[in-house]
Formats: sequence, structure tokens, C-alpha cells
Amino acid sequence: MAYQLLRFAASSSHPEPRMFRQPERLRETYDAVIIGAGGHGLASAYYLARDHGMRNIAVLERGYLGGGNTGRNTTIIRSNYLTPEGVAFYDESVRLWQDLATDFDLNLFYSNRGHFTLAHTDSAVRTMRWRAEVNKHLGVDSELVGPEAVKQACPQIDLSCGGEAPILGALYHAPGAIARHDAVAWGYGRGADQRGVEIHQQTEVLGIDVDGGRVKGVKTSRGYVSTPRVLSAVAGFTPRVTHMVGLRTPIFIHPLQAMVTEPMKPWLDAILVSGSLHIYVSQSARGELVMGASLDPYELHSTRSTLDFVEGLAAHMLDMFPFLSHARVNRQWAGMADMTPDFAPIMGKTPVEGFYLDAGWGTWGFKATPVCGKTMSYTVANDRNHPLIEAFGLSRFENYQLTGEKGAASVGH
Amino acid sequence: MKLLTCPVNGPRPVSEFVYGGEVRVEPPEGCTDREWADHVFNRSGIPGVKIEWWYHMASGTWFHAKRDVTHDRVIATWLPGEAPPAEDTP
Repeated sequence: MAYQLLRFAASSSHPEPRMFRQPERLRETYDAVIIGAGGHGLASAYYLARDHGMRNIAVLERGYLGGGNTGRNTTIIRSNYLTPEGVAFYDESVRLWQDLATDFDLNLFYSNRGHFTLAHTDSAVRTMRWRAEVNKHLGVDSELVGPEAVKQACPQIDLSCGGEAPILGALYHAPGAIARHDAVAWGYGRGADQRGVEIHQQTEVLGIDVDGGRVKGVKTSRGYVSTPRVLSAVAGFTPRVTHMVGLRTPIFIHPLQAMVTEPMKPWLDAILVSGSLHIYVSQSARGELVMGASLDPYELHSTRSTLDFVEGLAAHMLDMFPFLSHARVNRQWAGMADMTPDFAPIMGKTPVEGFYLDAGWGTWGFKATPVCGKTMSYTVANDRNHPLIEAFGLSRFENYQLTGEKGAASVGH
Repeated sequence: MKLLTCPVNGPRPVSEFVYGGEVRVEPPEGCTDREWADHVFNRSGIPGVKIEWWYHMASGTWFHAKRDVTHDRVIATWLPGEAPPAEDTP
């Protein structure tokens, strides 16, 4: 038996499978360069190669694949937003998520759990009812439920939440799901790589060459590449990239922290979000509670996390689940969130010809990974904004046409 | 940073303060809609040392802070209208 294994290991017809190639050097020219090998960047590369026949593409990543916000989010997937353009966009994403594991032949640990946005005040209940009606009108499965439905889905919850702001109801969104965040990057990355896209890690973009209002090439830490198309998909670093092409944007960077507990036996099926307590929680496939809260309240370009964040989030978690007082926090971290004034992304063409933005993803980017890839790949391939992203253009600010997603995109504002 | 020096009350925990955004100059009266939208929405965005508005909730003091927003290090704090002091040592 040991001899068989040794023969197998030494055999050249069964090489060790790798997720992606590691190209030795950059080519001189590419048809498109994508900055950022996270979920969005790799999804765009994947659909560009698969659906638009564009394979001479380089994805440049200053760190390691998926090491940005793709690896740092709390993995919630939902489409219960507030505006018609938001709902249409995120719902397309939820649809794409469902077949993704089959497309990739990779286990994404995608799990449909049901999503409750808890309402602790009368005005919050009204907002949940509003969201439910908008969702239903657009064909999305959301409804307003009472506290007994929350208790039935989650018997361990303390509906009184410590007494100050009891749960009065919730927006229940049945399609709500979670997935293994890293796996999405790997799946899109492998699919893109198999189709000829080059992924270059440890390759930092130092400058973007713009001549006569049009992209000509990219200066990197490993050399210069010529290209007519650059897509920036770099959560947290967008202002540095837009600065390279002289674009002004509303984006400001705040850290968003998160933490996980030790693994436990499965007890929490649903995903819970509380606008009043400013927290969200789900139990992952590994049994850990994955929790997050609101943004750090000031600009900071760092992924440091703090003790007061853990203390604050733990205290609010104990309001909902007093029995967790002995659970241990295993790990905490942060990502850098691209915040925008209207809590909606900034996507599509820009005044610089050949420079495309997939940015402003704030605290709501992971769920949109597939639809971002689809719409941005269409936009880059056709040099025309995909209809689903027309409401998210950079020019909406100078035209005072902001979207109204603040109520549904985030907690803690 | 964990402490911020209020120019009136001295070093206090950062939880007593509210961040007020970067100090920016309004465009003059009669600017175009586009210039106004640029002032209202656009931000400098990139990391570096910035001069910011901060508000001490307990005393109602609005003041300026010079802060390195990459390393979260406060360099100086001072009241608006006064001259910035020498480097702060928290």
C-alpha cells in the first residue's frame, strides 16, 4: 500500500492539482488589466473570459488572492433592499449564487438559512413593512413577521433584548444565505485561470498611464504593461487608484471590524440582523458564530481591530442571547470599507476612457460578487454600462441623483 | 488612538468624541452646481495626514485635529481660529 502511494506521488501523469497557475512574468500587453484579485475582480475576469471571449487579461493583486475584503466580510447574501434599482441588482446576484458551486465544481458551503432583520421600535416595524412591500412588488420573497415567528426560528433568543428595546417584529427574507467567502474567490479565480486569464499576486499597481483622456497602460512593481482597459476592483484602496487617474470620488475609507467565536454545535439556523443593537450574526458551516456590527466611526486606512469593538459587540450579542456568556471569541479582524454617501456602489464607465470602476462597496459587497462580475464584464467588453448598474454611475453625485439605500444596506448609522 | 486631547478638557477616551470629517473650504458664493456637488460629495479619500473636525460630546467643544489616518496617530489638536500647537505626545 505504501509502495502504491509512493508510485502515485512520483507519477507525472497525476501532478498535484493547483487552483491556479503562477505566471513567471507579466506580458508586455494585455487586452484588459483588472486591479484586485478579490471576488469582484476575479468574477469580472471569469465572465470576461467565459462570456465575452476576452482571455488576454491580467488580474493584478498587491497582496494574496482574496486577501482584501473578500476574505474579511461576514458572508451574508440577500436581496431585501429598499430601492427598485437596488432590489433588481441584488436579486440577480442571489439568483446567480444558486448555481455557482455547480459552475465551479467547488463546494462554496452555500447555505440558504433565511434572514431576519429585527425591528425594535414602531418606526423600524414601519420600515420593515415598506421594504417587504417593495420587495414583493419586485418579485422578491420578503415579508413582515411578528416576534413569535422570530422566536420559533430561534428559540434561544431573548425577545426582550435585555428589556430596553424588545423585538416587535422582523423583515423575514427567506432567500437569505451564507457562503464560504474565500471559496468564491478561489472558484472564480480557478475558472478564470483555466480560461487563460493570468493572476499575478504580490504585484502592486504604482500608476496608471493616461494620455489624452484615455488609458494606455499600468505601471506595476514588476514592470510596465500596456493596455487599453483597466478595471479597478479594490475595496478599501479605491481612492489611491482613482487618484492615479485624476478622478475625484465621494469615497471615504472606514474600517469595518468582525469577529468569530469558537465552534459550537449547530443551534442558529437563521441569519439575524438588528438595526437597534447594530449587530448581525450567523453560524457558519464550521459552527462558529460570525458576527459584525457598524463601521468604526472615523476614517482609517488600516485593518487593525480593537478591544472596544469586541466588548461592544459581545455586550449586544448577550442582550439577544444571554446563554452565550461563556462562549469564547476566537478571532477578530477588520477590512477597509469604501463608503459612499448613499450606501450604494459606484460602478461602470468613468470620464477617463478605458478606466472602469467597481467600487464604493462599503459594507454590502460580498453578496453582489456574482452580479458584479456579470455586469462589469459586460461593461468592459462593450464599453457601455450594463442596464442593471446604470443607477450606480459615478456621475450621479454631480447630478444630485443619489440612490436611497442607507436604510437597507448597513447597520449603525 | 484610544485617547484624544480636547483643547479645553485635556486627554479623554476617544469614545467621548464624534468625528466630524475633514476640514474643507466651501466654494465661494455663486459657484456652479457642479462645483457645489463636488464640495458636498467628493472627498480627498487617499491616506495621509489630515486636518479634521472633532466634537467633544461632554463639553460641546468643536476643534481641529491633525491626524495620520494610516496609523491612527494624533499629531496635534487645537481650537478653530487658534494657531496649531507643536506635536502632541499622548
